[in-house]
Amino acid sequence: MSGFDHRDEGGVNRRQVLECMIWAGTGVLWTITGGVPRSLGLVEQANAAEPTGLTFLQISDSHVGFDKPANPNALGTLEEGIAKIKMLPIKPSFMIHTGDISHLSKASEFDDAERIISQARLDVHYVPGEHDFLDEDVKLYRDRYGRGTKGAGYYSFDANGVHFVGLVNVVDLKAGGLGNLGAEQLEWLEQDLKGRSKSTPIVVFAHIPLWTVYPQWGWGTDDSAQALDYLKGFGSVTVLNGHIHQVMQKVEGNVTFHTARSTAFPQPAPGTAPSPGPMKVADDKLRTMLGVASINFKRGEERLAIIDTPLQG
Amino acid sequence: MISARPSGLSVPRLGQLLGELLGKSLGRSGIRIAVAVVMSSWQLGAASAAETTVSIDNFTFTPQSITVKVGDTVTWTNRDDIPHVVVSAGKFRSKALDTDNSFSFTFTKAGDYPYFCSLHPHMTGTIKVE
Repeated sequence: MSGFDHRDEGGVNRRQVLECMIWAGTGVLWTITGGVPRSLGLVEQANAAEPTGLTFLQISDSHVGFDKPANPNALGTLEEGIAKIKMLPIKPSFMIHTGDISHLSKASEFDDAERIISQARLDVHYVPGEHDFLDEDVKLYRDRYGRGTKGAGYYSFDANGVHFVGLVNVVDLKAGGLGNLGAEQLEWLEQDLKGRSKSTPIVVFAHIPLWTVYPQWGWGTDDSAQALDYLKGFGSVTVLNGHIHQVMQKVEGNVTFHTARSTAFPQPAPGTAPSPGPMKVADDKLRTMLGVASINFKRGEERLAIIDTPLQG
Repeated sequence: MISARPSGLSVPRLGQLLGELLGKSLGRSGIRIAVAVVMSSWQLGAASAAETTVSIDNFTFTPQSITVKVGDTVTWTNRDDIPHVVVSAGKFRSKALDTDNSFSFTFTKAGDYPYFCSLHPHMTGTIKVE
């Protein structure tokens, strides 16, 4: 967290606000009531509270195969993340993975990821990241995770009265642009949500943030406004993303946006480095910047509690 | 990719013409010799065609915009710890370039070639071929 500075010289700019959010997100339970996030306490206290209802997990950006200085053993830290999940006091219903399972879409990387992630003994609902479509025939992801999905891998399902929508915003990207959902997928989304009771809690997950975090680094999705338009009117909408390898949260009306940590390597806060590339931190700091998230939904209450748990600290 | 030379006469066509010319007096083996001569002289010409490099560093193509001549080859090398893919729509597309991997393309036609990284589309560049 170098460069973190609370000194206020002529007002807090957007970057400082974002940095504060990251800081606050570390090991803190967020609960969302009436669109306002409220922190309840540290992770340990949150776990002790034993939430009831639907609890599921989010892991993201495993980047299996990554071996550069920012983390020479991305498979090892994924394994540590899965070990954390196995130790959770409340067994989650399932897990979502918000993409970049592999680093270079090699069969061996997908194999290794599967070998480790399956140890959690949970159903896993995947969406792809741009790193999962790098094989020449662009078929390994679809062969393994695409069964029953549409287009490049989007789909929806229901669990405990919550409607989950997995979207793909990493294909057919346009020069100079951001993430992309595309007309076909948006049309499908409109149909998927049509006729659903507005009291149905909705959880949307995709790899690249569906809100504009930092367009200079491509952290946003060009046509997400259209998708969010279809989500208007629903009482509770939670949008879960990965891609930026750090915790960030924003609430806008009925929609809570949240990004998860990577299990592989951290990336810098927006604008704090020359590029969004892997951030090398001191070895003893690395595991405080990697982690997983658990999300709890209580039936009858319009709130999802998101707990971000670092691998360490 | 090996087609037009600045002279406007393509190498295969030149070889074919010479072959036809010499073939009448030298027979089939003569054609092969003549074509070989033409090809090796073209190889010498190619050596003078410029090799230009573009570095991919910090999610940026450097230089971002360059001008080359027809016949020149541009090589992109990825210096980031994240893979990139160099794409010019309908013109060329690299494989995923891991750290220190390179991709080369020889430009045989004049024109502007805007390109980008298909994984990180905010990364853009242009090759102008004269």
